[in-house]
Amino acid sequence: MIEPRRPQSVNSKSKPSNFCPGCGYGVILKILGQVIDEMEIAPRTVFSVDIGCNLLAWDYYELDTVQTHHGRVTPLAVGYKRANKDGLMIGVAGDGGLYAIGLQSFLHAAHRDDAVTIIGVNNTLYAMTGGQLGPTTLPHQVTDSSPEGKFTYDKPILGPELAQGVANREAYLARASLLNISQMKQMLKKAIERQIAGHFSFVEILSFCPINWKTNARESIEMVELMEKTFKVGVINE
Amino acid sequence: MPKKLELLTGNEVVVKAALLAGADFFAGYPITPSTEIMSGWAKLAARDPRLEFLQTEDETSAGMAVIGALLAGKKAWTVTAGVGHVLIQDPLVLAETLQLPFVMYVGQRGGPSTGTVIYSQQELNLARYGGNSEGLRVVYAPSNIQELFEITQKAFNTAWRYRFPTIILGDGYLTKTLSPVDTEKVLPREKAEAYFLNGDIKNWRNCFSREDELAEHLNKLFAKYASASRQIVEAEKFVTTDAKVVIFAWGTVGFAAETAVVNLRKVGKKVGLFRPITMRPFDDKGAIKAVKKAEKILIAESSGGQFGRIVREILAQATEAEFVRLYKPAEGITAEEIEEKVKEVYK
Repeated sequence: MIEPRRPQSVNSKSKPSNFCPGCGYGVILKILGQVIDEMEIAPRTVFSVDIGCNLLAWDYYELDTVQTHHGRVTPLAVGYKRANKDGLMIGVAGDGGLYAIGLQSFLHAAHRDDAVTIIGVNNTLYAMTGGQLGPTTLPHQVTDSSPEGKFTYDKPILGPELAQGVANREAYLARASLLNISQMKQMLKKAIERQIAGHFSFVEILSFCPINWKTNARESIEMVELMEKTFKVGVINE
Repeated sequence: MPKKLELLTGNEVVVKAALLAGADFFAGYPITPSTEIMSGWAKLAARDPRLEFLQTEDETSAGMAVIGALLAGKKAWTVTAGVGHVLIQDPLVLAETLQLPFVMYVGQRGGPSTGTVIYSQQELNLARYGGNSEGLRVVYAPSNIQELFEITQKAFNTAWRYRFPTIILGDGYLTKTLSPVDTEKVLPREKAEAYFLNGDIKNWRNCFSREDELAEHLNKLFAKYASASRQIVEAEKFVTTDAKVVIFAWGTVGFAAETAVVNLRKVGKKVGLFRPITMRPFDDKGAIKAVKKAEKILIAESSGGQFGRIVREILAQATEAEFVRLYKPAEGITAEEIEEKVKEVYK
């Protein structure tokens, strides 16, 4: 078997990873690995994951990694970074972890301008538990806990925009989409650079969840296109 | 005579002791009766760049920030009470499974819910077994301010030596009272070290895919806890050898009980005291030994029987003695009350 080319910072021994077929995490983590390689920051980077599908990345990288509890990636990252200001801290969480159970930690880290990089993966639902409604579920979207499109919100939570309300002017807040990978890569790079400059940085990424969306490849792309109408891709704060 | 006595509150004593133990990172959230520990630390950190301070948005974040700092090799700690103690069980169980030296002072207050804000002994179960865990933590219970000074230092050493979360379980009577303390009793420090970025890549999780994987992890932790327990366990046995009545009390009530025993001995009553200093692990053997001659066992505590249930379970097969309860949930217990109760049952 021919081994696929992987970033150096990626741990080959833990591959293939456990993400579902068609999941966006594989692409996100690979691109983040490329960014870590290109910036040559692996020796001083600590990676942290939340609860939800991203916990499956606990051994994804050749990096010191810690898996936390639901919504707790941000405060742990903050504590680490304050204890080791020369180190870099990259945390990943889902939309539920960041905008529901971990919202206050997320907003307060932004408010204090803690120099960490948080990556928020938005797939409009709680994927690990079988696709329930989340803070980013679209109006009338059918999920496991919004049958027939009921119980959804008129307005999903817009994470980077919300954080902008409390963040320092120098924080980096952006939204990327898996439909534009080169832009996402640039944003991840910018975010880490902003952490190095001593500021809070956050990139939300619109991602795929074909298993819970019950979509085929074409429909999955259409779903992200639909998401992009509500969640505007671009730099929110620079 | 000690060379130097300082007049300090318990809250000041905790800060002083933590500093002497090498603490250099604090994250916390204000809650009575322990807030002054946090603000005391903040005042020191404002003047000393080697000390980190973070006032978080809640107690779960405080605990998670402590865990982050521990990974970086800081002697990180926190302080909480009451419902904050409930919230902090979330990070505490993470520290249990990752085997991190998480140090926390808890000032018990009355419960349930917001209860009262100064005193109780109702957070014993929570401190011992509060998480979705098996209680793989150490719980110290100082009974007076001098002991608080020494045990707080010791808690950091125990945590870093054995790598179990370590709790100092106090209350507002203990920490809001001003008392003379011999602050020259300084213990040698245990060394801290960074877990991360030390050249050895670690991928740490707390979520296991299979039952047997978790079982293997747990069995290792249990074995380690059992062996560490033998070194950690501590209790005070005060004139129990010939005692007809043995009082079981802990923490602040334990201190009152000691005074009661001294007074009762003066009037010829054969009374003794068993006072656990570690509430977990618990000195089962010491407790059994202490009641050898006992006809009555008086359990005094400021809770509805959290401590009593531990004692009765341990002593159930070991003694024929009658159990007498002096349970006053969330109310203080004086030495006089204990004396009265002993006189009532002493034959």
